[in-house]
Amino acid sequence: MITRRDLLKKFVKTATGVMIPLAAFEIIDPKKLFADKPFKTDEAKVRWVFLVDTYKCVGCGLCVKACKTENEIPYDANVTRTWVERYVVTKNGNIYADTPKGARDGFTTNRIDLGMGKKQDIKKEDIKKAFFVPKLCNQCDNPSCVQVCPVGATYQAPDGVVLVDRKWCIGCGYCIMACPYGVRFFHPKYHVAEKCNFCYHRINKGMKTACVGACPFGARMIGNIKDPGDPVTKILMTERVGVLKEEYGTKPQVYYIGLDKEVR
Amino acid sequence: MKSHVFRPLLVVIGLVVIVLIARFFYVPSDFGSHEKGYMYGWHRKGNEDEWKAFKVKYQFNNEYCKDCHSDKYETLARSPHAVINCENCHGPAMEHPSDPAKLKIDKSREQCLRCHYPLPYPTSGRANIRGVDPEKHNPGVECSMCHNPHKPNLRGMK
Ligand code: HEC
Ligand code: HEC
Ligand code: HEC
Ligand code: HEC
Repeated sequence: MITRRDLLKKFVKTATGVMIPLAAFEIIDPKKLFADKPFKTDEAKVRWVFLVDTYKCVGCGLCVKACKTENEIPYDANVTRTWVERYVVTKNGNIYADTPKGARDGFTTNRIDLGMGKKQDIKKEDIKKAFFVPKLCNQCDNPSCVQVCPVGATYQAPDGVVLVDRKWCIGCGYCIMACPYGVRFFHPKYHVAEKCNFCYHRINKGMKTACVGACPFGARMIGNIKDPGDPVTKILMTERVGVLKEEYGTKPQVYYIGLDKEVR
Repeated sequence: MKSHVFRPLLVVIGLVVIVLIARFFYVPSDFGSHEKGYMYGWHRKGNEDEWKAFKVKYQFNNEYCKDCHSDKYETLARSPHAVINCENCHGPAMEHPSDPAKLKIDKSREQCLRCHYPLPYPTSGRANIRGVDPEKHNPGVECSMCHNPHKPNLRGMK
């Protein structure tokens, strides 16, 4: 037999349980949703994009060093907002890729780091082609990381840069799993999602990002695609450029010159 | 109207009201869907300014160093290292020269080997930089013992 007291207790528990998420709902007018998106986005005067010329990259890793210092990413922790990958394709068709410490100290050995402490020696004669590919957040037009955030802690700023609100992030890690490019990680100190934000504090003061400033060879460029006179825009309009993992439909905004099919 | 249904219902309504009030105070007023719409722009607007206010550390402008270190500036500008920014070897200098000692000089061999380790990669920019094998090329001593980092030209070495 269920007592009156028990019944009341159970009822209160279930009802509150159901009501708490209900209370969090906001009634949104569908008209507002439709009106919100495309129109306002197109009005923006700035849309930051990035251009990487892989032919120019020498793999020195000065960009990674500068990024970690500028953005206060603990220097010795094995996480970084930007990194450089080395690809070595041998004549017999094998593809090797590595990025020891994200190339913070460059590549100071010929041996490829296969992970788990294994290294691969590759003879000079066996190399068909080899090159470096710097990577960073693609600041996608359709960022999958933002779509999955349950609390509105990561979002797209009006100028297209995807930011993380450190105060709001609950550290669930959905965005880290959702990013097809693997650019997100947990900040070792703040324990919230962390990612490249095109040095938001620098580009908004008219400076270049730290990685662009550090690169001696001009392999990295940042620009505003809404400005037809911008050097990056000019290159994007006239030269052949590619993006990473186009098939995911995220519309990445980091463009590459000299991308190869081996690059993942 | 005394019914066993109404009393728990009142309790439930009370709880909902409490949650709503708590939410009202907890969620800042600038939280909502902004320029990028509900799908991508649902956030706390103030966070944009928080990021903009993040501290800048690197100048990345050699012109800034020109006035006080004109000798270094001039020599570097005419050397094969002209493309390298001072701060790549000397660290962030936003606060320099108010505290000159804080600027460290990276004399490590690793700093030079980033670019000068011999990697035989003809299809990359690395092919244009001469490499030296660190195990054979005067191991154990700093490169700047023999080479002037600001003027590495082999002819007229320091
Ligand atoms: C307003 C003048 C001024 C400017 C601008 C300036 N410096 Fe200096 N710098 C100094 C002074 C003063 C010292 C201390 C000299 C000494 O101790 O002999 C110094 C020392 C240094 C040292 C040696 C530090 C040490 O530990 O001995 C380095 C390296 C250096 N500066 C690099 C730079 C770079 C790179 C820049 C440009 C980003 C720069 N400085 C811009 C005034 C300046
Ligand atoms: C390739 C790396 C590199 C670059 C680029 C570089 N430096 Fe240096 N710098 C060094 C090293 C290494 C030393 C230490 C030299 C030594 O031990 O003799 C040094 C020493 C110095 C010193 C103090 C010691 C001295 O010899 O008086 C100053 C000042 C300095 N650099 C300024 C500059 C400025 C200004 C620039 C940019 C115009 C610059 N450096 C660019 C590597 C570099
Ligand atoms: C004991 C003095 C000494 C030290 C230390 C030293 N070098 Fe040299 N280096 C030389 C001399 C002498 C030459 C020119 C003759 C030659 O090619 O060996 C040279 C040549 C070079 C060249 C040109 C090679 C070429 O093919 O023309 C590079 C690049 C170079 N050194 C880089 C470095 C780097 C990087 C370091 C530190 C890891 C270093 N050196 C340390 C003395 C030194
Ligand atoms: C960012 C990449 C980079 C770094 C870091 C760097 N160099 Fe160089 N170095 C170059 C380039 C590019 C050249 C010009 C191409 C060449 O001569 O091989 C060069 C040329 C040289 C040469 C030959 C100059 C000549 O005229 O023959 C020497 C010697 C040298 N560097 C020594 C050093 C030393 C010592 C350091 C560390 C303080 C250093 N480099 C750090 C990129 C770098």
